[in-house]
Amino acid sequence: MKGEIDVIIKDIYTMKAPFREEMIVKGYSFGKGDKAACILGPVRGNEVQQLYICSQLVRALKELEANSCISSGKEILVIPVINNYSMNVGKRFWGEDNSDINRMFPGNKDGDTTARIADGIFEEIKDYSYGIQFTSFYMSGEFVPHVRMMETGFQNASLANLFGLPYVLVRKPMPIDTKTLNYNWQGEMTAAFSIYTNQTAQIDEVSARQAVAAVLRFLTRMGVIRYESHSGYISHVIAEGDLSNVPAATGGIFRSLVKVGEDVRYGMALAEIVDPYEGSVKQVITAPTDGIVFFSYTEPLIGQYDIAYQLIHRLHE
Amino acid sequence: MIETIAEIELAVGEKIVVKRNRILPQNKEDETKRIAIVSGIHGDELEGQYVCYEVARRLTEHPELLHGIVDIYPALNPLGLESAKRSVPKLEMDMNRMFPGNKNGNMMERIAASIVDSIAGADVCVDVHASDTEVREIPQVRVSEEFADKMLPYAKLMNVDMIWMNATATVHEATLAHSMNVLGVPTLVVEMGLGMRINTKYGNQVTEGIFNLMKELGIWSGKVKQTQFPVISTDGEVEFIRADHTGVFLPSIEHNHYVHRGDLIGRVVNTYTGQIKQEIIAKKDGLVFTLREYPMVYEGALLARILTDIESSERGN
Ligand SMILES: [Zn+2]
Repeated sequence: MKGEIDVIIKDIYTMKAPFREEMIVKGYSFGKGDKAACILGPVRGNEVQQLYICSQLVRALKELEANSCISSGKEILVIPVINNYSMNVGKRFWGEDNSDINRMFPGNKDGDTTARIADGIFEEIKDYSYGIQFTSFYMSGEFVPHVRMMETGFQNASLANLFGLPYVLVRKPMPIDTKTLNYNWQGEMTAAFSIYTNQTAQIDEVSARQAVAAVLRFLTRMGVIRYESHSGYISHVIAEGDLSNVPAATGGIFRSLVKVGEDVRYGMALAEIVDPYEGSVKQVITAPTDGIVFFSYTEPLIGQYDIAYQLIHRLHE
Repeated sequence: MIETIAEIELAVGEKIVVKRNRILPQNKEDETKRIAIVSGIHGDELEGQYVCYEVARRLTEHPELLHGIVDIYPALNPLGLESAKRSVPKLEMDMNRMFPGNKNGNMMERIAASIVDSIAGADVCVDVHASDTEVREIPQVRVSEEFADKMLPYAKLMNVDMIWMNATATVHEATLAHSMNVLGVPTLVVEMGLGMRINTKYGNQVTEGIFNLMKELGIWSGKVKQTQFPVISTDGEVEFIRADHTGVFLPSIEHNHYVHRGDLIGRVVNTYTGQIKQEIIAKKDGLVFTLREYPMVYEGALLARILTDIESSERGN
């Protein structure tokens, strides 16, 4: 039977503020039964694309639930946004002390404010079998859509292939990564995936649709929902250390000549750096290898040694 | 002489430049010993500016008493210092999570690597921090347990009020101090005062400590005076007091005072109604070595830290 059903909306975490409205982290729960999958939106205040994608997932899952397409005995939780507080004041990190909640996991219920928020959320999400987080990189720029996971020993790259995104990237954790949600989720034996689309502070409809489709495809393949999905890409698994970083040799105005996903050849011009006073080209950044543009810097100003591109070496078959 | 340690071109008509002042002894044979005094990794911490000034001033006044090399680095994060930002501007990353850096990496990784390179080989390094803008601290040296045996004899010379062993925030692997300690340069992390402010009384106290340390190392032959003999803590003896309610914090005591069990430390109040939301009462006798200065609090905000299990008579104040 088709029809509107009432989605269960629960308060995952609440915190009172002196003057602002209470901060309420809302969770949308679909289906009943085992904690199958948890999908999490922005932990940082500039992750607007990530918010948009999660909101679209809530919309899609509502429809699927109304059509009885959530598998019986499976529950899906979507938290469209954690850090609405920073979003509403235009800050990337926590407004009061500038801490990054994605560096506070697993959290501490007796700790600082942001450690308490992380703890409150982690307690609610750590028992799900699959954990999917929409997040962003510290450098601003565009990525080829991909699934990213930490190499913790528990990571499962073949499961990550089931999203059908072009790439799965495995990152060796640095000390700083041990406080991220992805790392701690894996420690709780949740299969944890971070999904990167090409945008963060701007909305890109095409890659948002691709991300929504990827999550629905994954949930279908894991038997959590029933949904007619296209097969997607056959993902390539790459290690972050195998990407070639292409830095700018000089500072100036950055004029990119290629787009993410583009095939480039050794020696090809990737970007020009323009002298910000005289308008002439100071440097032409060329490709150090044949490959595919995985990451592209997108700001108009670039400093010396900033990473302009990351390339995937082409696999010669 | 002022020397450039690292310089990298920014986007528009400027370089980021990290410099040190190398003060040489009059006698060339004395150039076998070296101390490095560094500050300004966190751009909102200015207490070290006074210490650098005062050390340089005293050395210039009596060059005949100097028997080793003194390197002074007041501004490791010059962009942060001049934008009143704790982190590295634009990157929004904590510079003290970037060490030991990478000489082939991006801008800040290269700068971090150059700093490590330039300090390497020193007999000792003193890294002067201030507190953040939220809480006020007494002059203290923070030491990780890993290096405690080696560091304690140096730390005791520093004329601080307290040595805090294993204070978690400063023992992170990616800090400058950790990187230098791993390279065999004993590095003392000094913490005092308040962010964005200079307390010259504390600055003079730590400056005395630096001269005391230099005397012990044979770098300084002038008169020194040690007035403070630090209390040594471990984490077990430090009691954290946090806000249970949001509101405005009004302290009832002075910073750096000894409290008795049952004493009122402060209140969290509601400024609409005049209500007291939380009365903060000391649960044990001890020294209030940390006290909140920034009044707005959410649940979990640090209000005070008390060093317990010490006698008030041990203290000079
Ligand atoms: Zn600091």
